[in-house]
Order: sequence, then C-alpha cells, then structure tokens
Amino acid sequence: MVRILGFLVGLGFCGVAAWSLLWGAISAIKEPVEKPAEYAFHREPEPVSYSFDGPFGRYDNQQLQRGFQVYREVCAACHGLHFVAFRNLSEIGYSEAEVRAIAAQWPIEVPSLNEATGEPATRPAIPSDRFPEPYANEVAARAANSNAFPPDLSLIVKAREGGAPYIESLLMGYQDPPADLPESARPGVGLHYNPYFANLNLAMPSPITADGQVTYAPGNPAPTRQQMAHDVSAFLAWAAEPRADERKNMGLVVLIFLIFATVLAYLSYQNIWHAKKNEGE
Amino acid sequence: MSFPWAEQYTPKHPFMRWMDERLPLPRLVYNSVGKGYPVPRNLNYAWNFGVLAGLALVIQIVTGIVLAMHYNANADTAFASTEHIMRNVNSGWFLRYLHANGASFFFIVTYLHIFRGLYYGSYKAPREMVWMLGLVIFLLMMATAFMGYVLPWGQMSFWGAQVITGLFGAIPLVGEPIQTWLVGGFAPDQATLTRFFSLHYLLPFVIAGVIILHIWALHIPGSNNPTGVDVKSPQDTVPFHPYYTAKDGFGAGVALIGLALLTFFAPNLLGHADNYIPANPLSTPAHIVPEWYFWPFYAILRAFTVDFILPAKLWGVIAMFGSILILFLLPWLDKSPVRSGSYRPTFRIFFIVWLVALALLFVAGGKPAEEPWVMISQVATIYYFAFFLIILPILSMVEKTLPLPNSISESVLGNKANDGTAAAAPAAAE
Repeated sequence: MVRILGFLVGLGFCGVAAWSLLWGAISAIKEPVEKPAEYAFHREPEPVSYSFDGPFGRYDNQQLQRGFQVYREVCAACHGLHFVAFRNLSEIGYSEAEVRAIAAQWPIEVPSLNEATGEPATRPAIPSDRFPEPYANEVAARAANSNAFPPDLSLIVKAREGGAPYIESLLMGYQDPPADLPESARPGVGLHYNPYFANLNLAMPSPITADGQVTYAPGNPAPTRQQMAHDVSAFLAWAAEPRADERKNMGLVVLIFLIFATVLAYLSYQNIWHAKKNEGE
Repeated sequence: MSFPWAEQYTPKHPFMRWMDERLPLPRLVYNSVGKGYPVPRNLNYAWNFGVLAGLALVIQIVTGIVLAMHYNANADTAFASTEHIMRNVNSGWFLRYLHANGASFFFIVTYLHIFRGLYYGSYKAPREMVWMLGLVIFLLMMATAFMGYVLPWGQMSFWGAQVITGLFGAIPLVGEPIQTWLVGGFAPDQATLTRFFSLHYLLPFVIAGVIILHIWALHIPGSNNPTGVDVKSPQDTVPFHPYYTAKDGFGAGVALIGLALLTFFAPNLLGHADNYIPANPLSTPAHIVPEWYFWPFYAILRAFTVDFILPAKLWGVIAMFGSILILFLLPWLDKSPVRSGSYRPTFRIFFIVWLVALALLFVAGGKPAEEPWVMISQVATIYYFAFFLIILPILSMVEKTLPLPNSISESVLGNKANDGTAAAAPAAAE
C-alpha cells in the first residue's frame, strides 16, 4: 500500500518537475536569455597580495599606520568607522600619547551634553570613544552626496565579495567609460564609471587622485596612488578583522596540539585492535 | 537490551555498589558506551559520524551558551552586539567563528551519517525507529540552524528570514495568516528576532532529548554493520569500550583538525559577505541564498517553475518538505531483504547516481535562479524523487543480490574451510 501510494506521489512530483523542465527548455530555445551588455564590461578584482595573506601572513603595523593616515586624510570626510574605537589604534603600534592626540585632534567632535544647561553639545574625542560619524544622520549624508549614502567602512572588507583586493581595485579602477559602452550603462549625472563596481557606475568620485596626496613620514615608501590604495585597503582589512593575527597564532598552536593528539589516538587505536585484526592469520 | 554475552556491570568499590543499588547511572553508561555494549567487529570509518555529530552538538551548545551571555536579541543592537563579541569580548571571535563553522561541521558529519545509513540499509527492520528519530533530529537541526543564522541581523539574516517564512505564504487560504503568525508581524522585525532567539536556545536541548531516544532505539537491535548481516555469535562482536572508543577518538581528532582549519584560517569561507551588512528592510540583496547546508532543498524549491493545477510556488514548497518527509517511508519503500549496498550491485549504481544528483542540487541551490542551473536542478529533482519513490520499490522486487557471508566473523576472518580463498569477502565489505 505504501509503495503504491509512494509510486503515485513519485510520478506526481517527477511529472510536474518534468513539465517545468519542458517549458524551461522550450523558452530557453525560443527566447534565449542574453546577459545585459554591461556584464562584458564588469571586471573581477585584480589579484593583489598583502602581508596578511594566508595562515602565516600577519598585519604590517607600518603599513596599517600609513593606511590609517590615508583614511584620516581622505576617506574620513564621508565614511564612518563605527565599530572601531580610537583606543584600538594602540593595536597597530601607536603609543598611548599618540592615540590621545589623534582622538583629541579628530576634526569631528563627539556628541555630548552641555553640563550646565543640558543642551546638546560636542566635546573632543577621547581614546575610549568610537570614531565619530561624519554625518549627523542618513538624510544629511545623502543631502551632501547627491543622494548616495557613503557606507560605514568598519566591515567593508568582509562585507564585499573579493575583500581587500576588491577595495584596492575599486580605488584604482576609475576611468573614462569605453567608447563602445551601451548608452544604458553610461554614468548619469553625479556618477562615475568604474568597471570593478557591480553596476559599473558609482556616486563616489575617485578619492585618490594624485601621487603625494598624503604625505608619509620619512622612511616610508613614496605615496604613489597605488601605494596609498594598497595601504588603505590593508588598514580597512585590519578594521574589519582586528583579531586576525591572534586568530592565526592560536590556530597554529591548536593545530599542532590536535595533530599530536590525533597521532596518539591513532596509535592507541592500532594498539587496542592489534590482537583482533590479526585473529584471522 | 543487549546480546546475552554482553559483559555485566559488577561494581567493585563499596561506594559504587552503594550507588548501583540507588541510582545505577554508572551501569547505564557501562551498558551504553562501555564494555557492556557489544558492537559488530567489522564497522568501518563510516560508522564514526554518529559520535562526531554528538560531539558537534556539544560544541554548539557550549559555545552557544557563552555567546548568549554577550549577544543582544534586539533588532537595533543585535548586529552591533555581534561585532562587540568579535572585537571586545575576550576570545569572542573564537566563540563566534567556532559556533558558525561548528554548524557547518554538524551538517557535514550528519549528511555523511545519513549517507552511511542509506548505503548500508541501516533504515531497514528492525531499525526503522532509529531512522525516523534520526530524521526528526535532522529536521530540528535545520530549524535551529535557520533561526541561528537570523540572529546576527545582517542582510542575509533578514532576507533569509523573509524568504523562508514567505514559503508558508504559498499555502492556499491560510498561508498569509500563518506567515504573519510565525513572523509576529508583516515583515521580520523585533518580534521575529526575539522568538527566533528563544527557540534557537530551546531546540538544541530538544535535539539532545531526541538523540537519547535515537540511541535508545539503536541499542535494542544493536548497530548495523558493513555486511548488513545480523550478529549471531560472541565472535561477531567486540565491546564498545575500548574498541570503538579508541576508534572514535581517532576519528574525532581528524574531524577536529578539519574544523580547526576552517575556524582559524578560513572562518568566513562558508558564510556570505552580505551578512556583514546590517539588516536593511529597504534594500534587497542581489542574490538571496540560504546557508550551504540548505542548498539541495532550496534547489528543489526553485525547480518548480510552471503552474500545474497548483501554483508553481506551492509545488516547490510541497516538494521541498516532501523531499525529507518521504524519507520517513523509506523502510517500507525499499523491501529488499539485503541491507548492505555492498551486496546489491544494481542498487549501488542507482545510489551513486543519487549522490551525483544530490551534489548537483547542492551546487545549483547556491547559484542564482538562471539557466543552466534551473534545468540542472529540475533533472536532479526528478531523479531525487524517482530514486526513493519509483526506483527503490521496483528494484527491491526484481534485483539479483550477491550471496551474503554466513556471519560477520566469517566476512572478517575468512571461511577457514575455504583455505584462505575467502580473502575476497572482506574486500567486498569495504
């Protein structure tokens, strides 16, 4: 009985799925779906390597500090870093006094209250503060950026397919639209062509425009556009995953322990089974 | 509850004797996973996965309880509290990554556990209850994992919740009220998040309870084995401890190395970038996909694209739930008296094709709903249902099976009467 019912149910499911398949095949032959022409112009992130690639790669504090400098002088005007606090900068090699100075001199102050009147006020940031938001709210942000909302950057490297290489490719990818770009894919007013961006045109103008836009401290590589884009991508990778070095260090110790324990477990397994396995011989 | 030759628990220390007369807990352990549980001696590594699934549940419960101490089930702060765990809680990143990858680990070993049961006929009499309780555990796991993925309240959390609860909306007449009732509103929001958190905390303990029933039911007939032949004599078995505790210890080591590689060196490999964007009800992600362990069922759901009496969406929903529910009938669909696929050459071919179809569904379910993936999932869906509902019932009536060994010990030790020529028997069992 179960089998007869099952047989009928099975014929039902298979029949309806085959019916869907048939119609899918017919429409695929009659009116093949062509991908929009824009697909041909989209580019995957360039392969870029960083000091923190792979299980043995670690962050390079010199580079992260340069990247932070680029963030502070270029990106921070529009993009927040909501989940990072000034105190976290001590993890990339800044001293306590430097962190305090960076916080106090941050161009945007932290919202607070006037102690005397209770009116809204602002005060200079201290190390325990998170990076202040560049705009009071989303409406203000959109008003200042031709209706685009600059995303927060604290997780941007983990929140985009392609990670840090994508960010770097995007920063370096601004160019004039190719001549054969279809009209529908051309940048509209206030948009800029960039083949690494999913729909080819984004509101953000090229932020890194010229070599030497940021002045690096002596002893650092020359601040070419490529170098600055590379450094700020590394900094944002750190901002998104500040515990990565700790994670990889712990991972290596755990792996060594587990391999050792597994070898012991295997030997004891062989030892216990030795007599049973040889019984037949 | 066991074979007559099972070793009996005899407390030696006076305290253990005292305890045994009042609360025989040590006796229970002894009879369940100790010397008192005789197990076929020929189990291969495919029999490691049950214990590994239990280990995964323990990892999930321990990490989950600590995460819940820091997590905030509030639509405004859930995402930020997850980041707080990742950045500020001591080793919080470890707890969260272990919990997220631990879920994948749980599903990997559970899928392998199920494949082992299918191939070696572990669902057949007298183990039907073991099989059905296992399916209940699988369904509970899926519910728990789905609700857990919603908790960080990222984009994929929100839109995944929207899509999956939306499936209930396909039910005629009562669909929409049911969806609203499940979500606690017209779209996922605060009410959804708090109820999912509550249930996500509850269900693992329900799973633990059903696991106890699953093991209880297993210990009535005892474990199946690669030959599928019943245990006949003491020579066929070894005590669970130390033989299989040692083997499971080795298996756990290998599995944990895999889990550690994932957790420490590729923690976001199986996740989705969009879930690091806070939930935004006004912005739909380009591709909404569930977690990888749901992909075959998501592919079945999307394989039904044309209305036929019922709307296509409803067919998809029925087929998706049906694809698991029909497994409850499997012990009665496949009536072949031979359990192990090793002695059913025709079954083995159809089973391998079924694995291929499932692999295709896995791949297609993670892709956007475009050709050729829709057609591939349609072909694989047809085979998935045909295998259980049409092929197996017919096959079990007509197939010619290979001769079974007389006993487990004969398959392991070789038939002494054959003068060593029986070395072929254990090879067939592999």
